[in-house]
Formats: sequence, C-alpha cells, structure tokens
Amino acid sequence: MSLLIGVPREVFAGEKRVATVPEVVEKLIKLGFRVVVETGAGAAANCDDDTYRAVGAEIAERAAKLWASADIVFKVRAPSDEEVASMREGCTLISFIWPAQNPELMQKLAARKVTVLAMDALPRQLSRAQKMDALTSQAGVAGYRAVIEAANAFGRFFNGQITAAGKVPPAKVFIAGAGVAGLAAIGAAAGLGAVVRANDTRAEVADQVKSLGGEFVKVDYEEEGSGGGGYAKVMSEGFQQAQREMYAREAKQADIIITTALIPGKPAPKLITAEMVQSMKPGSVIVDMAAEQGGNCELTVPGEAVVRHGVTIVGYTDLVSRLAKQSSTLYATNLFRLTEELCKTKDGKIDVNFEDDAIRGLTVIKDGEITWPAPAPKLPAVAAKPAAAPVPVAKKAHGHGEPSGPMAAKTMAIIFGVAAVLFWLIGAYAPAAFLGHFTVFVLACFIGYMVVWNVKPALHTPLMSVTNAVSSIIAIGALVQIAPPEAGSIVRPDEVIRWFALGAIVLATINMFGGFAVTQRMLEMFRK
Amino acid sequence: MSASLASVSYLGAAILFILCLGGLSNQETARRGNFYGVLGMTIAVLATVFGPRVAAAGLPWIIGAMVVGGAVGLYLARVVKMTQMPELVAFMHSLVGLAACLVGFASYIDTSIAYTGAEKAIHEIEIYVGILIGAVTFSGSVVAFGKLSGKIGGKPLLLPGRHLINLFGLLVVLYYGYAFLQVDSISAGMVPLMVMTVISLFFGVHMVMAIGGADMPVVVSMLNSYSGWAAAATGFMLSNDLLIVTGALVGSSGAILSYIMCNAMNRNFISVIAGGFGSDGGAPKAAASGAVQPAGEVTPVSSVETAELLREAKSVIIVPGYGMAVAQAQHTVFEITSHLRAKGVNVRFAIHPVAGRMPGHMNVLLAEAKVPYDIVMEMDEINDDFPDTDVVMVIGANDIVNPAAQEDPASPIAGMPVLEVWKAKTSIVMKRSMASGYAGVDNPLFYKDNNRMLFGDAKKMLDEVLVALKA
Repeated sequence: MSLLIGVPREVFAGEKRVATVPEVVEKLIKLGFRVVVETGAGAAANCDDDTYRAVGAEIAERAAKLWASADIVFKVRAPSDEEVASMREGCTLISFIWPAQNPELMQKLAARKVTVLAMDALPRQLSRAQKMDALTSQAGVAGYRAVIEAANAFGRFFNGQITAAGKVPPAKVFIAGAGVAGLAAIGAAAGLGAVVRANDTRAEVADQVKSLGGEFVKVDYEEEGSGGGGYAKVMSEGFQQAQREMYAREAKQADIIITTALIPGKPAPKLITAEMVQSMKPGSVIVDMAAEQGGNCELTVPGEAVVRHGVTIVGYTDLVSRLAKQSSTLYATNLFRLTEELCKTKDGKIDVNFEDDAIRGLTVIKDGEITWPAPAPKLPAVAAKPAAAPVPVAKKAHGHGEPSGPMAAKTMAIIFGVAAVLFWLIGAYAPAAFLGHFTVFVLACFIGYMVVWNVKPALHTPLMSVTNAVSSIIAIGALVQIAPPEAGSIVRPDEVIRWFALGAIVLATINMFGGFAVTQRMLEMFRK
Repeated sequence: MSASLASVSYLGAAILFILCLGGLSNQETARRGNFYGVLGMTIAVLATVFGPRVAAAGLPWIIGAMVVGGAVGLYLARVVKMTQMPELVAFMHSLVGLAACLVGFASYIDTSIAYTGAEKAIHEIEIYVGILIGAVTFSGSVVAFGKLSGKIGGKPLLLPGRHLINLFGLLVVLYYGYAFLQVDSISAGMVPLMVMTVISLFFGVHMVMAIGGADMPVVVSMLNSYSGWAAAATGFMLSNDLLIVTGALVGSSGAILSYIMCNAMNRNFISVIAGGFGSDGGAPKAAASGAVQPAGEVTPVSSVETAELLREAKSVIIVPGYGMAVAQAQHTVFEITSHLRAKGVNVRFAIHPVAGRMPGHMNVLLAEAKVPYDIVMEMDEINDDFPDTDVVMVIGANDIVNPAAQEDPASPIAGMPVLEVWKAKTSIVMKRSMASGYAGVDNPLFYKDNNRMLFGDAKKMLDEVLVALKA
C-alpha cells in the first residue's frame, strides 16, 4: 500500500504559502504516493481545490481528518500546538522546525512518537543537498520581494533615463549582506537598472556580487568572516568599527538600503544606526530583511513600514508570503526533491536512511527519539567541497588524493608477513653492496608513491610524458659502458659493447629530448 | 671530475627528479617541474660523461650519438599532434625498453669487472631480469603503439588457453634463468639469454594484444611503469644508485597511475592485465544474452535544433570522448564554448578518468584548444550537477556515459563509475552511427526520452552547430 501525503492549510496568521502545488502533486503521484490536500490550502497561493483535484489529489474537508489519515505531512511553518496534538503516531512530518529556537515544540513532537524532518536543518554544504535547500529558495524569493517593496516605497525610477523632460539619475541601492537573499536582491535591483553596491563580511562572495551586476564594497580591515556552512560569524571590534564607518559613508550616498545580515542563533547585528538614517536623503527607503530577528536598523519596527526622518523603513516579516505562488512552487519542488531522495525505489514508500548525510542532517526526530543536532557531515571545510553522491555501484572508486581508509587488519598482517619473509631472505643471502642499492631502491619506490598519489587527473598525460622522459636516465647505463678507463688492461669485446651502447644512447636520447620537449609543449597549453 | 663529485651530482639529479614529479601534480607548478626534470637530466649526463667511468676516448662517440638522438627527439616532439600523444608516449616507452635490453647485453659480455660467488649470481640475476623487463616493455609498447595509431585493430586478440601459454612461458623463463646461473662461459650463457629474450618479446606482444581498446589508458601507464623498472634493473646491474632511484620513481609512479585508472573503471588490475574486456563476457553477443536489451526509439536531431537547445540553455556540460579526438573537433568545441560563455551560459566540461586512450588525454586536447582548465571538471566534481543542467553534449563518448553500468547488474560494465548525463534535462549524443563502444555494450542512454542523437562526424556537426549558433 503506497503512503498518503497530507498537505494541510497553513494556520499561522498571515502565512499564504502552501507546501505543495498541483505541478508537484503530479510528480509525487508518479513516485507512487497518494496525495490529500486540505480544502482551501492553496487558495492564497493561487492554487484552488479544482486544480489539485485535476492532477489526482484528494481534497479533505477538515484538517482533523487529514491529520488522522496522512502518513507523511508536508508543511511550511512549524506545527501549532493543536496540529501537534492531532498528529498520528508513527507519521512523518516535513516542515520548517527551527529546533534550536523551539525546544518545547521538539519535546512535544517527540512525545507524539513521530518522525520529523526539518527543512532548516539541511546540511547546506553538501552540494547534492542544494536541490532540497528550502532556506535558499525562500531567501531568494524574499530578496527579490525586498527590492519590489523598496521600489514601491521609493518615489523615483530605478534606472537612469535621459528624456525630453530632463535627465533622471539612476537609483543607488546598497545591499548589506550578500547571502542568498542579498544576491537575489542585487540581481533584481540591477535588473531594474539601479546602480548596486553590496558588502559582506565574507570576502569570497565578491565575485558573486560582481557576477550579478553589483559592485562589491570592501571594509578596510583584514579579517576572514566565513563561519562555515555558508553563514557569516561575529567579527572583531576593530573590524566592526571600520564597518560602521563604511556603512555611514554608504548611507549618505544611497537612495535605497536593503539589509540581510543574519548570524545563526543570535539577534541580527545593528548595522544602520539612527544617525545614519538621519544622514540619508529624504524619500530614501530601507528594507530590513532581518526584521524578524530584531532588525539590522535601529529604527525598524518588525512587521510594519514606518517613516522616520523622512526615510521609509520597511520591516515586513512576511516578504516570502507576499510572493506566495512563487515561494510555494519552489518550496514544493524542494520537498519533492527530498521525497525522491527518501523514496529511491519509486514505489510510494519512504526510507529515512541515516547513512545519507543529507537525510541524517534533516532528521531531527526519528520515531519519537530526538536525533538533533546531527553529527557534522564529512568534509565541510575547504571551499565547501561537494561530497560524492552515493551512486548505487558495487564499489566506490577511490578519489584521487583522498586518504584511503585503513586496510583491514588481516590484509595488513598478511602484507607485513610476506614483506618480513622477503626482507629476511634478502638480508640472509645478499651481499652488503647489494643491500645498499636495495635500500635506495625501496625508499625511492615509496617516494614515487607519495609524490604521485596527489596528482591532478588533468595532468596525467604530462606526468606520464615527463616520467617517460625521466626514464631515459637509462642513457647513463650506456654512457658508462662506452669507454670505461680501465679497458685495455682487461680483455673485453670493445667493439660489440660500443655498438650496443651507442644504440642505447641514441634511443635513450630520442626519448630524453623528445619527452621533455613534448611535455613542455603540453604544459604551455594549460592555462586558466 | 672526481668520483665523489660525480656521486654528489647524482644525488642532486635524484632530488631534482623527485621535485620534477612532485611539481607535475599541480598546474601552477607543472612547468617548473618539467624544468627541474631537464636540469636533473643535464646534470646526470654531464656528471657521467665527465666522471671517472668514461674515458676521453669515448667522447666523440657519445656526442655523435646524442646529437643524432636529440635531433630526432626534438623533431618528433615538434611535429606530433596532440591527438597522437598516446602513440608517441607508447613509442617512446618502446625506446626505453630496447635501450634497457641493449645495455643488459652489453653488460653481460663486458668482463672488465669480475664478480665471484653470491655477487656473481646476483649480478647475473640482475642482467637476466633487466633484459626480461626491457624486452617486455619494448614489444608491449610497439604493439600498444600499433593499436593506438590504428595500425593494429583495437579488438582484443584472445588466443585459446592464453593463460596456459603465459604460464608455460613463465616456467620456461624460470628454467632458463636457472640454467643461465649454472653456465661459466659467456658464450654458453648466450643461449638461455636469447631464449628468454624471445619469450619475453612474445610475452609483451601477447599481453598487449589481449587488451581491449577501452583499457588502453591502463596499458600505456603500465608500460610507463615497466620502463621505469627496466631502468631500475639496469641500475642494479651497473651498481648505479641514480639509475635505481630514478627507475624506482618512474616505476612506482606509473604503477600508481595504472592503479588510479583501474579504480576509475572499477576494474581489477589483474583482470586488465589478464586481457580482454571482462574476460568472459567480452563479445557483444555474450553480453546481450545476459543483459537487458534497451527498448524504445532513438530521437535524432539536426545541428540547427542542437544550436537551438544550446541557445536556450542556462547551463551546459560537455562530455568529450575519444570521438572528439579522432575528429579533431576540440577547436570547434572551444569556439562553441566561448560563444556560449559570452552569452552568459555556464559551460563546463566533464572529464571521465578513462575518456580517451591515455590518462588525462581529454585534458590535453582541451588545453590545446585553449579551454581554461578551471571549467574542466573531474567526474566526482561534476556528477552531482547533472540534474541542474539544461543540456549535456556528449561528443564521441559512449561507455563512460552508459547508464547500464548503474542500472543493469548483468551488463559487462556493471559497477564502472560513469558520468550521469541522463539526469540532465536534455542530453545530446554526437555519434557517427549507432555502433556500440569499445566495451561492445549497447547503450540504453540513446533510447531515453530526454536524449537526442546527432549523427555524423563530430567535427562537421559541431561546425554546423557553431554556424547555426552565430546565425
């Protein structure tokens, strides 16, 4: 029997999103699931009951009935107390949870003996997890909407124009924080024709800012601000001082400021002071996207748009909901991608596989047991290197340069045993002169192994051609044979040896010169 | 030059060679690495020529030989096309193998240093082994050269009872090795030595003949390794530490490269050496009986439609294979790439570790066409990105994009890591015909709904695509 996915109407006041849209329902049904949607769930996001019905979803008249029958529940906001109370034992809830901020909710959910996957707990540094990253998709929507709100409150054009009625200068937009929301805002504002400047404590995002048509403003202070997992960290006092000066400068010039600075688990940093607001031109706009966490501007009133010192300060906390159709579609797709990962077999059943880093990170409660926080997934640090996807192959190929796991103890013992016997045999019978060479030989083998193991695959061909050139060192062997000084005293078939050696020298030199020259030619071509 | 000075020079040369290989592991340091190699070789040769073991009488001979060899080598390096690199490398390996044989024989008939007892036995074993490895390298490389340049067919030649033949050959070699140690005159020793050489030559030919075209990258790097071991054996023979060190460096690095290659194909090193692709399911017929025949129809497209797809794409991944090398299409590929990139399309390249006929073959070709190396990705780096990709262009590759490796456990290539191009929104496969790849396995990718086939010569088709793109 395939599982039933339930999508209730969001009960949080002002929430217009819905956890799945008709386009995605179709795909879920293809995966083998059945889908039931509460009546009116998608109404605020322009998805009416009939469209859901048309693609094969059932419509439940009452939420209680849906909660009682669904095996899996898709939601946007964390469930309310009533919703938790109506959950069925053993069912699976997928939604935003924010376990760190909501410990009580976690306890209540655990008491219901359910499994909970928190979309906000996704290990975002796994590149494979990007398709399920609802934080990113929703932040993108919010960033876009922030620009639209700013344009709405701003009394002028965004783009510069030269018309018969006079010259219009382009709006100057400053964006604080170039995370996903900030980048979306940069793109949207630049698309409207504004001159966009942006700042972030993480210097590595400068290229991304530029790629979207913005200009990156640096703080004149050296400090690295990346806190891992794609978030910024709290900066030192000296840095903050330099940053304040920079903001004060930017505030004077900017027509519009959009702030997106958030630090996980902490109140939002106050970047824009009351004096800075005062220094802005009348008619300017500030959109404070961090309003829900207290705001980046001192004068922000969360949930409202207010005018202070002639500057409109927009502190809406429901930017995402204000673009409900778009954000619902993206969120629904995130959930669908997650469902695909959970249901590899495409038979309408899910498997919460803890071997999978992404799913392990998402799962905050499993069968009534709190499993949050998950252990950090492997390899987060260096440039957020993507982890390899678990392809269903019998044996995973070795990554180049990765340290290989320790060998099985038994194999190890056998290898050591064989090596010991060999070494003993050589030690017992070989003369001392040979041993010297043998030592050199074995050590050189190990050096070769160490040196080559980390080579980039792109360089395999040049490496081969250079090792080939180096192997023409065999010419030395021929050189020493051609005319040894002691010849003459001892009878030696000189002529024959000379011709042999000459042949070897010619062959080895072809290789020597050809090999190095062709390697050089190849390396010349590699360029960034 | 005194003996100590020569020794110190050798030490310096050995260090330079290590730096050379180390430098080659990264693009930024690679050129310096090559320079270290040249420097090390120069020091080694000069220290030998002016060292205590070469009398002045030999100088004219040496200079003559080196001028001839150097001229030929430089000429070859200059005229070789980048698509012919595998052949050139195989050819050069054969030179090292032959040189090792010659040095071995010369050393055997050289009586100027008299050995006794265990030293004599060891010296003779060293000669025997040195010539053995040299001969195998020589004949194996010659056959590999023939196969790579198309002078010999790529299909594995599987003699009946080939494992028995190899075993018999090994036993004969061992027996004559024993006989070789018993003789006391040089002329008597020549017989076992010659017999062994002939068997070794045959062994090299037989070994490479039995290996299928798809395994050629492994063979080339394995022969590279052998040429190193041959040099190391010569070093033992002549008591020359520099030869030993350098030979061991080359030998072990080649062995590691082969190992990396084998891993990339999820194949056992031994089974590659033993020959044939999948020793018992090599022929397409045998494979088909066990494997599921892909069902469905292929959807051909024209070059204009391909250009259309590319123009509308946001992200494009290009998967080059041997077909691109054969058609010399890399420059057109680059033009298409730069055209698309100028329009803001995210174009990247996905390189399978065994694409082409030599490790890293595709990277060299793309570099030749001036494709910047930071958009050229390895399989592990890019495999997760296919689902978010609009268009994948597969140019003359087949087995490395075959979904059967993952989906069909009965397939001969089951378990081989492949580029998951079928997960992209659309894939376009450029091929001359529906013929199967080197592994002789039919490719279910061609029959997928989101796959299009662009039939024709890769170069010609890509030129048409480029024209359509610019129109």
